[in-house]
Amino acid sequence: MTLLTWIFDSLLGLSLLWLAWRALACPNLFKAIVLFVAFGLLMALAWVRLAAPDVALAEAAIGAGLTGALLMAALAKLHPTEAHNDFAVPPEKNVTKVWSWQWLPAITILLVTTGLGYVVLSLPPYATGLSTEVAANLEISGASNPVTAVLLNFRGYDTLLEIVVLLLALLGVWSLNSADLDHKAAPGIVLDTLARLLTPIFILVAAYLLWVGAHAPGGAFQAGAVLGAAGVLLLLAGWRPRTGLMALPLRLVLVIGPAIFVIVAMLTLLIAGQMLEYPPTQAGALILILETAATVSIGVTLAALFLGGDPRKNNRNKNHT
Amino acid sequence: MSTAFLYALVGTGLFALGLYALIVHAHLLRKILALNIMGSGVFMVLVALAKRTGDAPPDAVPHAMVITGIVVAVSATALALTLMLKLNAKSGHAELPDDRRE
Repeated sequence: MTLLTWIFDSLLGLSLLWLAWRALACPNLFKAIVLFVAFGLLMALAWVRLAAPDVALAEAAIGAGLTGALLMAALAKLHPTEAHNDFAVPPEKNVTKVWSWQWLPAITILLVTTGLGYVVLSLPPYATGLSTEVAANLEISGASNPVTAVLLNFRGYDTLLEIVVLLLALLGVWSLNSADLDHKAAPGIVLDTLARLLTPIFILVAAYLLWVGAHAPGGAFQAGAVLGAAGVLLLLAGWRPRTGLMALPLRLVLVIGPAIFVIVAMLTLLIAGQMLEYPPTQAGALILILETAATVSIGVTLAALFLGGDPRKNNRNKNHT
Repeated sequence: MSTAFLYALVGTGLFALGLYALIVHAHLLRKILALNIMGSGVFMVLVALAKRTGDAPPDAVPHAMVITGIVVAVSATALALTLMLKLNAKSGHAELPDDRRE
């Protein structure tokens, strides 16, 4: 490691810690969210330094972009008295007691961190993990990008469950809230124009990431996140899908990813005897089919999470009143 | 100290900062931020330790797990934010009730 990269890494590490601290400690919640988004972008830079470009793409699109948008939207909907300030200790608390109880977690966490740091440093400095196994089986996996091979082939089971988790989270959100489906005027001509110009580009980028994921950094999650970001941008610009599309078509698109995954899992279980064990000659095609369906579902689910409620409930309420 | 261990230690630090903020802050939005930063710390330790391969390409399995984790984290955040807004709409607060105040 040369001196220059060492200085860069140390500065990046310190900035990450400082941004995290400011995001958690600054009294203004709006500022905290902006700092958190900046933190996410610097995290993406750290992933690149750790030779993990796939993670960097996912972090930049999801960790910084979508999470930031979700937090901002939630902050805007909070009751105005609650949205402003946040004291670590509510001011009406007994002042003399503050010392004892505020230092207790700090000391405990300092001890825990020291222990964790010691454990991390005592690990062997050289370990290949599973990288040799991945490299040995990459030929028959159907993808030459090791991360895509792991996600869609070697550990396809995890990815299947994860897409289901995404769907479950949306079901949770839908059962709690209903969405406002009235068309809104765009907040400004700049955002309106920008959304119109950027949406086709986002779709193109998503398709590119999906296709390139087989042999270079990219893949279903990154593509789905970009698609989701296009949806968020459209929603921010005031666009709402027609109510006819919100019932069955939306639900079909939401489940197509998990559904195709489950179908492929069952077929491979019946034919090959092992769940999600693809025949090497068809592995590439199967991965592409799975990824395409997953991308569409992930993108629409993320946009629907941003909308933040069941789009059909709203109509039902309107019909009653 | 190698790059891997430097970033692994930063990851532990992020985890600690998040955990501290999760405990001391009362506001639920801040707790959700803290959870996200704790998650980022865990992801960073995983990916940093995957780079202990010398000049060879890093281990892809933790990378794939972290991508999965990032997507799960955003869906959990969305659900948590909805729960917070629901609590806020019902009670007017964005904090959990504190037993000691009663």
